[in-house]
Amino acid sequence: MADRRILGLGCLLAAAAALFLFWGLRGPTAYILELRMVKLAGLLSVGAAVGVATVLLQTISHNRILTPAFMGFDALFLLLQTGLVAGLGIAGSSRIPALAGFLLDAAVMMGAALVLFTSVLSRTRHDIQLMVLTGVVLGLMFRTLTAFVQRLMDPSEFSIVQARMFAQFGGIDSEALAVALGLMMLAFLWLWRNHAVLDVAALGRDTARSLGVGHDRLQLKVLCIIAALVSVSTALAGPIAFLGLLVTSLAHSLMRSHRHALLLPAAALISALILVAGQTVFERVLMLQSTLAVVIEFCGGLLFMFLLAKGKIR
Amino acid sequence: MIKITGLSYGHGAKPILDGIDAEIPAGRITALIGPNGAGKSTLLNLIAQQLAPSRGCISLDGMDAARIAPAQLARKMAVVAQNLTVASRVRVKDLIGFGRWPHSQGRLTAADRAAIGDAIELFGLAPLQQRFLDELSGGQRQRAFIAMAYAQDTGWLLLDEPLNNLDLHHARNLMAQLRSLAEQRGKGIVIVVHDLNYAISWSDHVVALKDGRAVFQGPVDEAASAASLTALYQTPVAITRIGGLPFAQYHR
Repeated sequence: MADRRILGLGCLLAAAAALFLFWGLRGPTAYILELRMVKLAGLLSVGAAVGVATVLLQTISHNRILTPAFMGFDALFLLLQTGLVAGLGIAGSSRIPALAGFLLDAAVMMGAALVLFTSVLSRTRHDIQLMVLTGVVLGLMFRTLTAFVQRLMDPSEFSIVQARMFAQFGGIDSEALAVALGLMMLAFLWLWRNHAVLDVAALGRDTARSLGVGHDRLQLKVLCIIAALVSVSTALAGPIAFLGLLVTSLAHSLMRSHRHALLLPAAALISALILVAGQTVFERVLMLQSTLAVVIEFCGGLLFMFLLAKGKIR
Repeated sequence: MIKITGLSYGHGAKPILDGIDAEIPAGRITALIGPNGAGKSTLLNLIAQQLAPSRGCISLDGMDAARIAPAQLARKMAVVAQNLTVASRVRVKDLIGFGRWPHSQGRLTAADRAAIGDAIELFGLAPLQQRFLDELSGGQRQRAFIAMAYAQDTGWLLLDEPLNNLDLHHARNLMAQLRSLAEQRGKGIVIVVHDLNYAISWSDHVVALKDGRAVFQGPVDEAASAASLTALYQTPVAITRIGGLPFAQYHR
């Protein structure tokens, strides 16, 4: 019983993907197609991961304007990159194979997120507002540390770091992508089997508990999944702050439902659609080599303010 | 029966509850009464296993309530909390459907649908059933949550300030419905009520709390005397009887 709106989004996404793959195909067709396929897979997985992670965070925090980026994930990513370049030098850091680099990024981010969440959660008696605040403060600390390390760098090292500071879909490594896809599939499998219990958790801790749902353990599991998904997207493509916020508000206004069986796929599809369509327009129409993420951040921010002002976000 | 033994909550010089012993009979309405800050809501939340006591225990129908698995407890006891805000956009009918979660884990059967329809009917929510929860008034939302707890179909029903936000008509109707649930379906109902007259005219049993201690308890006619209520609230309370029911005169 697939929802019509989900089907519609799926068709739009398929059309955008086909356009991305086949528009302006000239020269060594097979080679270009292969390159484009990797890029497309990267866009799709980053999109789905960002969309789903944001919906999940909003559900367990009972707050509709939070994104994982507020929790300092992107700041941690930047600190990690800066630390690598500063510690190993340009030669050393570029000698790390892409796959190992991705696994390191993902593992460190998940580990840090879990340490943060578990320690703070147990101390604040499951007060998620306090946890978010802690995340924001830690994010600030990561950013300041990053800025400090960057002051100490020489200009050529700094330019390498700077290139990694915005989300990039150009240089996605296909091996790293395969690992990311595997990790994402595990997360999505869990969500597929447990989406209904998320609907109950969204009612709030007290109500969920009175319905016999172990809210706190569920919250921890979902936080692990968010950590995994954000690690995947950030390690693959770098930080994207506003996309999640934009996508969840669009998903909520389109679906007008509390059911995660509808919200999660809608958010994943909308998010992937924005990335694929945006990248297509960027590369084929505007012939720009610049990064799509900058534009998404800008437009996302504007659209979000617009929705907020119109009272569409509740 | 709910049997509470030596129950304390909170540490330090001034615990919120301090050594409460109480018995709450099955199949009756029991009102928790007392002045502000006496610990009524805390006691209700402890019974509902939303909070863990620092000392003491609660037995529910002969079982240690703390050892009952959450999923099983949700089939024995339904709770309506005082603070009813929901972040997600839920329709009234879907909210009531969540009351069937302990029985069906989200896959509604024909029996579940019948129970949901029954709850909607009983609490007069048919005209509102397609509305979103955040479009309702406080009183309407309150009724939707109570209908959800009713749909949970449990032997025990715990309500924290169920009359908040309700007008005279709905407050009286709700108490009458609780009364018939207790009498005809044998449900044990525990309510925290501020309005003393609702408490003593509709309930069978009272447990009075003050400063975290149980000061008196028992059947309404015996326990809720003018002298004991006067001492409880430190306000002159006179009890008269109107139409065979106790009436507390305290406002002037």
